[in-house]
Amino acid sequence: MTPSLLTVEHLSMRFGGLTAVDDLSFDAGDKQITAIIGPNGAGKTTVFNCLTGFYPPTVGRLLVTIDSEKFQLERMEGFRIAREARVARTFQNIRLFPQMSVLENLVVAQHNPLMKASLFSVAGLLGLPVYKTAEASAVEKARNWLDRIGLTSRADWDAGNLPYGDQRRLEIARAMCTDPVLLCLDEPAAGLNPRESAELNNLLLSIRDDDGIGVLLIEHDMSVVMGISDKIIVLDYGRKIADGNPETVRNDPTVIRAYLGDEETPVDSAYD
Amino acid sequence: MRQDWFATLKESALTAAVAAALMLPLIGLYTSTKAGGLAIGTRWTELAIGVVLIFLGRFALLRIQNGDRLIPLIGGAIVMIVGFLLPLPNGLLTVCCIAGGAIVFLRCCLAWVTGNLGLEAEKQPIAARTQAFLKKYGLWLGLAVLVFAIIFPWLPFVDRRFIDLATLVLIYVMLGWGLNIVVGLAGLLDLGYVAFYAIGAYSFALLSSNYDMSFWACLPVAAMLAAFLGILLGFPVLRLRGDYLAIVTLGFGEMIRIILINWVDFTKGPDGISGIPKPTFFGLSFSRRPPEDTESFHQFFDLQYASVDRIIFLFYVVLGLALLTNAFILRIRKLPIGRAWEALREDEIACRSLGLNPTNIKLSAFALGAMFGGLAGAVFAARQSFISPESFTFIESAIILAIVVLGGMGSQVGVAIAAVLLIGLPEWFRELQEYRMLAFGALMVAIMVWRPRGLLSFREPTLRLHDDDSGLSR
Repeated sequence: MTPSLLTVEHLSMRFGGLTAVDDLSFDAGDKQITAIIGPNGAGKTTVFNCLTGFYPPTVGRLLVTIDSEKFQLERMEGFRIAREARVARTFQNIRLFPQMSVLENLVVAQHNPLMKASLFSVAGLLGLPVYKTAEASAVEKARNWLDRIGLTSRADWDAGNLPYGDQRRLEIARAMCTDPVLLCLDEPAAGLNPRESAELNNLLLSIRDDDGIGVLLIEHDMSVVMGISDKIIVLDYGRKIADGNPETVRNDPTVIRAYLGDEETPVDSAYD
Repeated sequence: MRQDWFATLKESALTAAVAAALMLPLIGLYTSTKAGGLAIGTRWTELAIGVVLIFLGRFALLRIQNGDRLIPLIGGAIVMIVGFLLPLPNGLLTVCCIAGGAIVFLRCCLAWVTGNLGLEAEKQPIAARTQAFLKKYGLWLGLAVLVFAIIFPWLPFVDRRFIDLATLVLIYVMLGWGLNIVVGLAGLLDLGYVAFYAIGAYSFALLSSNYDMSFWACLPVAAMLAAFLGILLGFPVLRLRGDYLAIVTLGFGEMIRIILINWVDFTKGPDGISGIPKPTFFGLSFSRRPPEDTESFHQFFDLQYASVDRIIFLFYVVLGLALLTNAFILRIRKLPIGRAWEALREDEIACRSLGLNPTNIKLSAFALGAMFGGLAGAVFAARQSFISPESFTFIESAIILAIVVLGGMGSQVGVAIAAVLLIGLPEWFRELQEYRMLAFGALMVAIMVWRPRGLLSFREPTLRLHDDDSGLSR
């Protein structure tokens, strides 16, 4: 059996006495959309922060396999995870470069190949053609992504001046410009209207099918989660309570209990 | 907002009352030594004239806002003439009178010509219009300034002192541009920039006095030493941002100065280093009688000896270095490293998630910023021919930072204008004697009120997809 793209084994994350993630294990496959859902405070974003190197996990192993080469994320610095293990992410509260233009945002994401092409700025300072071609192809790639998210006409706007929905899509495009093998999206549909979240569904499906990479998704919007996920992992209080395809998870009694409370529990104690 | 005459009068009176309350202790009273201790004297005339002037000024500006131009115009002119003719009790009042009258007068003319009344709502378009104007004519304007700078030493009204001052201004322009990399582009607040300036100056001074190295040989060494020190400073402060970074860099700047004072064997301590040689013109010195076996500039070109030649040459050296600095920074801003600096300023966490190594980006910003500081320092040492730790105090860092902030962070042209204002004008203000620093402070406050984000604070994207402005959101 070929190993899956991302394997999380026995991941635990404790902040002092609080256990945010407790012995979590799951797989995320290549060319699949894997959704992590769960009530607020279930530890979903903490899983992302461990994956992308913002916190070193207390216990556990995070393994990314690219063409049988293995990367142990828990031992890598944050920027190396993006550069070498090629895991890109977006943020729950959008983190664009607001005073840089939309195009620049996408070109900054291609920093590492461009830096190499500019021979660490030497070729760039001298204006050698080798850098000029690299820059042109970076702009071409950015333009391709702008076409896909429908922002080509606003390429020279300051990113901070875009409407909210466009900023969300731009952040996804920016992450994709780093050439990832795994894209981690933290609530990409938050604050989007129904039409925008339908567009987002199409974008994510196209990323899975056309770019052929794995997508890991935290989301509360069930129309997105149920519509496009290949696999769903449900967390509650840092523990995995269910996983499987959307149909299984939807009918799982533990999941229903976590979200809606027990039928027998009186309403007022369920909200304690 | 339009007001009737009564409301205008009321607001002007209120302004005058505030001014009177403030000026009563500041101007109305003074202490003088008398037998047996201090006595308090009064200056009621000055106080009264000041309050009346402020009342009139506020009133005139409000009238202009209400669309009334003729009366303030005449009023401003009258105040100006009064300032010229009447023997007011002291010089400062005369200056205030003339300047205040002139401001009102010019404001009226502006209102007449452009129809701009100075209301809040009109301010945004001015910034946008400046940007559009610069975008259209920026290249020509730059060329004009360049031509002016090149012919500057030969203009009829320019004397030796003026050229020397221009050299100093250019040194500060270079310093401003260098610090702009660190503060304006990379967003790292550095309050100890003067340390690199000092390193550059002392590298040249020590190398030339101990090893007889020439200016041109020392220049790259000074730049590299400063850049190396920039990296050295960079390492411990990598994790810091904002206020914390500012404090550590401030400490670093002071450390360098104190080392310079106390390491007497090496730096000659507070006595400083004197007799630093001037740069030579391809080996030709600018002295009247060169040492045996060498020729000097005027002998080689068969010219009459003029001591000003040396100053003019230094001016051109600094001009060349400044142009080089400018070209370098304009270019590097459009390279991946320049964009990475700006991205780091905008959001460090996002940078990391995109695979950018914040350590390298910060260190490169520190190193390059320091390098230009070092270059400027070497030139400064050559200009002064004497340096001591006193030239590298914290106030220097503050002035360079003020140049960057007033000029508009990240803007090359803005920094150059601010350097001219902050370094050139205080020399001009010398006529005001003890009020010099007051005028300097007032100027800084005025710029910040008028342009809170610096003189030229807009930023041009480093890459564009569309050539026209259709895609711009303003």
